[in-house]
Amino acid sequence: MLTDMQTLELIKQGYDKAVKPIQHRIIICAGTGCVANGSLKVFAALKKEVEANGLTAVVTLEECNEGQIHLSKSGCQGFCQMGPLVTVEPEGILYVKVKAEDAAEIIKTTLIDKSKVERLLYVDPAHGQVCHTQKEIPFYAQQKRIELGDCGYIDPEDIREYIARGGYYAARRAYAKMTAQQVCEEITASGLRGRGGGGFPTGKKWALTLQQKSDKKYVVCNGDEGDPGAFMDRSLMEGNPHRVLEGIMIAGRAIEADFAYVYVRAEYPLAVERVRKAVEDARALGILGADVFGSGMAFDCEVMEGAGAFVCGEETALMASIEGQRGMPRPKPPFPAQSGLWGKPTVINNVETLACVPLIITNGPGWYRECGTQGSPGTKTFALTGHVANTGLIEVPFGSTLRKIVFDIGGGVTDTTGEIDPDAFKAVQIGGPSGGCLINEHLDYPLDFDTVKKIGAMVGSGGLVVMNNKTCMVQIAHFFMRFTQNESCGKCIPCREGTKQMLLLLEQIMEGKATAKTLDTLQTLAEAVQKGSLCGLGKTAPNPVLSTLNYFRHEYEAHIFQKRCPAGACKALAIPEISAELCKGCGFCAKKCPVGAITGERKQPHKIDADKCIRCGACAQACKFNAVAGV
Amino acid sequence: MNTNGTNEPIILNGQPVVINGQKNLLELIRSAGIELPTFCYHSKLSVYGACRLCIVEIDGMGVVTSCSTVPTPGMVVRTHTDQLRKMRRIFLELLLANHHQSCTTCDKSDSCKLQELARQMGVTDVRFPSIPKDMQADTSSPSLVRDPNKCILCGDCVRACSEIQGIGAIDFAGRGATTVVAPAFNKDLGEVDCVNCGLCASVCPTGAIVPKSEIEDVWKAVNDPNVTVVAQIAPAVRVALGEMFGLEPGVATTGRIVAALKKIGFDKVFDTSFAADLTVLEEATEFIERKTLGKKLPLFTSCCPGWVKYAEQYYPELLPNLSSCRSPQQMFGSLAKTTLPDQLKVKPEQLYVVSIMPCTAKKFEAKRPEFRGPAGADVDAVLTTQELGKMIKQAGIQFHKLTPESLDMPMGFKTGAGVIFGTTGGVSEAVLRYAHEKLTGTRLENPDFTDVRGNTGILSKTLRIGDIYLKLAIVHSLSNARKIADQVKAGNCDYDLIEVMACPGGCVAGAGQPVSEGGEVVQQRAKGLYEADKTLQLHKSQDNPYIQQCYQTTLEKPGSHKAHEMLHTEYNSRKRLCGSAINLSEGSGDGKLNVSVCVGTGCYLRGSQTLLTQLLDTAHTKGIDDKLHIKATFCFEACTKGPTVKVGDTIIEKCDLKTATREIDSQLKVRV
Repeated sequence: MLTDMQTLELIKQGYDKAVKPIQHRIIICAGTGCVANGSLKVFAALKKEVEANGLTAVVTLEECNEGQIHLSKSGCQGFCQMGPLVTVEPEGILYVKVKAEDAAEIIKTTLIDKSKVERLLYVDPAHGQVCHTQKEIPFYAQQKRIELGDCGYIDPEDIREYIARGGYYAARRAYAKMTAQQVCEEITASGLRGRGGGGFPTGKKWALTLQQKSDKKYVVCNGDEGDPGAFMDRSLMEGNPHRVLEGIMIAGRAIEADFAYVYVRAEYPLAVERVRKAVEDARALGILGADVFGSGMAFDCEVMEGAGAFVCGEETALMASIEGQRGMPRPKPPFPAQSGLWGKPTVINNVETLACVPLIITNGPGWYRECGTQGSPGTKTFALTGHVANTGLIEVPFGSTLRKIVFDIGGGVTDTTGEIDPDAFKAVQIGGPSGGCLINEHLDYPLDFDTVKKIGAMVGSGGLVVMNNKTCMVQIAHFFMRFTQNESCGKCIPCREGTKQMLLLLEQIMEGKATAKTLDTLQTLAEAVQKGSLCGLGKTAPNPVLSTLNYFRHEYEAHIFQKRCPAGACKALAIPEISAELCKGCGFCAKKCPVGAITGERKQPHKIDADKCIRCGACAQACKFNAVAGV
Repeated sequence: MNTNGTNEPIILNGQPVVINGQKNLLELIRSAGIELPTFCYHSKLSVYGACRLCIVEIDGMGVVTSCSTVPTPGMVVRTHTDQLRKMRRIFLELLLANHHQSCTTCDKSDSCKLQELARQMGVTDVRFPSIPKDMQADTSSPSLVRDPNKCILCGDCVRACSEIQGIGAIDFAGRGATTVVAPAFNKDLGEVDCVNCGLCASVCPTGAIVPKSEIEDVWKAVNDPNVTVVAQIAPAVRVALGEMFGLEPGVATTGRIVAALKKIGFDKVFDTSFAADLTVLEEATEFIERKTLGKKLPLFTSCCPGWVKYAEQYYPELLPNLSSCRSPQQMFGSLAKTTLPDQLKVKPEQLYVVSIMPCTAKKFEAKRPEFRGPAGADVDAVLTTQELGKMIKQAGIQFHKLTPESLDMPMGFKTGAGVIFGTTGGVSEAVLRYAHEKLTGTRLENPDFTDVRGNTGILSKTLRIGDIYLKLAIVHSLSNARKIADQVKAGNCDYDLIEVMACPGGCVAGAGQPVSEGGEVVQQRAKGLYEADKTLQLHKSQDNPYIQQCYQTTLEKPGSHKAHEMLHTEYNSRKRLCGSAINLSEGSGDGKLNVSVCVGTGCYLRGSQTLLTQLLDTAHTKGIDDKLHIKATFCFEACTKGPTVKVGDTIIEKCDLKTATREIDSQLKVRV
């Protein structure tokens, strides 16, 4: 048991000793994306090949001998689009899109011949440059991976490796050397702000909770990441669970709580498993328990699976869910700091926020403020998706520009065929269904909590969806509205009924059934829902509508007044056209048209009367020359 | 002084308003004479914050709900800015778009809060497309009808049921736009733990939960020349019905109610208070016997059918503590069906007894199988105060123009003790007025026991009567009943008598009463009852000459065998699959002996199924199956001691065929 202050050092020494004789370490990304692409098969194949070449493969570092090959799985490395990813250390060679069949060549060429498998190296599509290591790849080179740093490297299931890389030293410092007040002050000085969406200063939240007098206090780690396409928290929980746990412990020290709940989405089974294992391993070593680092203070932790509702990411609903109640938000105040879980003062922080904490305690608030902006220090992870060349998980300092993210890290905007098109950029949806869109004029804007809020969007939990010019913004608003409408808990009128009506109004617009009044009603309703809803879900649900109305009102108007979808994406508004070049004038389409909308002289190109056309597509099916387009 | 120790007021619409201990801004604004609209705020329930209508604008805070905001000195609050008015209107329009707008035919049409607020807020047009709803109404309960199409999901019923009654028979199910309020697993209200108190219906702002109407049945009986229809009027009805005709709460309109009923076509109109006088004598006799002979105490009252079902569901072990007295409604029914046919010269099956009650659970009570005699149910129909008001309106009777008429004799004559039954503490006071004279042997000069009056949820009092100390608890609302019952169960309280009423405030606040905001209205009705007591010549049930006459002619004396047969009952545990006993062999003979064999899992595993088969065979071969009623039943809660068999009232644990047949034989022998 870890009562001795020196134990962490002993574990580190033991680990370092065990690792020393290792000749090579092969790290296979076992994040969800890579696993889905077969990285576990790659792992098995590599192990087999190592042994086939007369080398010894070790998976767990118990007793290692000279020259052995250490095969380890890591959490998500972020470059999901290029997965499965395989890194060979100490050279740092990164192979991308590796298949099990490549294993033999990788082992022979890299380990035996001490060379590289050129065809598996990443080639930067923009410059055609071959990248040998992670550092050379623009996707990584432009990032600053502090929170995610160890995520794609260490073995998330080996607590010793975490300790060997400096883990739990911050917790030890907080428990053994610092007062609760000091911990709060350090975090306040660092300027760390909540990563769950609101951006509330973490240190201030802790200090408020510390002030509360109570026999019991709780820390809750919010791992109920629910934004569609966002997976920052999952990556941390899967890739570096001990960092999250250490952050939780420090939060407990800061508010003088002795118990924490980690609330993880049930749809993240691997994250649940990893965090559970982390808790068990920490408990086995005495890091968690009745006497944390000889401080006389107790701390323990329980992992709870979520109830499968987006709204449970809202803090009061989340706590209700832990209590076994229906996951519905309640009015605030009282805030959780005053009356949270079971009526006790509670600090509730997002996974990413907590993962920053050990780094700040270790390196100091000054170090943390070295990057980021004055108001939003540090870095932020984003899930970059949509019409962009490099999708994946990225981390950049606050204050980075959208241009850097989309064009340098993301490698540029792609068209409908997936090719990079320098002119295709239309917008970026930031902050998921609660966020808003950023457009051309925001490309060189430094992004942080406050600047994004000023534009009418929010950093949110960090979803970034890049959209090209073939994207209909009404559809985007509809997409997110459908999500929030489905996920509304049904408690308050504006959110329950308002999201449903906004969805119906958007459908009317997309189907060309809207009138000038629809737009007014939509805007008025969106504003009422935003101001009047009970919780954050409802208050932010209209953001995609208001934001697209603000920047793309002309698209809405085109749908309504000209019955036209400028992006050509709304099916109901598509008007079929007959290509004069391809039409042979056979008249077959005119015969098939049920409403007589097609006219034309024989052997002459025919025409479709848009007013009569009911967009059934019979003409396109009938045409043998593919002359009908647009249905 | 407010909590900050200053007297700084808030600024409400530009004018100062002093904070005077109000727990939230909504209450403070109301105290200043501004009624903010709300569906989900009730002072007796937890703050829910869902309807968003009580929104206000506060400097520095923006738009917030006043119900969930604590007033702080200096707060600058506005209640009807353009923005707020627009938002309220939109929220109401959203509700209306999603509402089953069958307003003209809705039961709640004249008291619907949604209609009222939409009108008040100036909603003249609904901008949003209507969302059709087509859910099945739940008519399974004898007391209530639940129509989810009319539900606006304010959650008042859910919180009332769980917070005030401690039951939780209904809750939210589903998510977002598909959310509904329903019993667990979407069962029917009639099959779950609902005690029929109707508190849900009385807090429901729309017609989503309403008392089940029996108006048409009563009209049919009234208009049938071959049927003699008699009415009994419960005490609480007389001080509330007037509200439906523009009178103040608490104004007793007994005479006009009689006149109206006669005009409708009732043949006789009696008073439930007469039966309440009878209840006092029976219950006090039972109490004195238990007290003086050191039998099972405390004695719980059993007038409230909501409480009785609650006890049967959750406290079957306390059922022996419940007074075996039927409620006044059922005592009246039993007496009416026994004595009136002779008096009125009609056949028993031609007599139709209607009770007019402030209560929805009385509808359930009247349908209990225990209260059926040879001529059918003792009480044929139960009308709520609201239903009577509606019938009066349907008949076109101008209530305010009626000349009062007197109740019919003899069952129309009561003392004040029988009248105060309608409010919390009333039953206890009435019993004390009798018990005092009985225990001390001296005449009670001042009949008022003001100590047991009041409106606290649990009122605990020790009274000295002669040499005897009596410890009483007067409890209303079932969550309070739970607290007391738990204490009794744990054996750490020494009460003698515990009065329980399910409705907060007693019967005057029943769910069948005219729709009101509660609170003050309930107090006024209670006051009306105490005043009615004062104006009567007699205040003690034992002084009622017609009760004395009734004992002489029919009932012998309080607690007699005859009285027990007609006026008392027994209760059944509903803790497990109650009422779902499976009849296997029912003899045709009179006075069959009940034999129940538990086939619950625990007993089944211990061989109860085989035992049951053997018992059926043995009964057949011995030729006694005509004298037995053999049932398969569920759980006597003695699973480890199974198989459990109940023969008559005797429960045999670890039963085998030999023990069972021996018991059956011996009990049959006694019967012969």
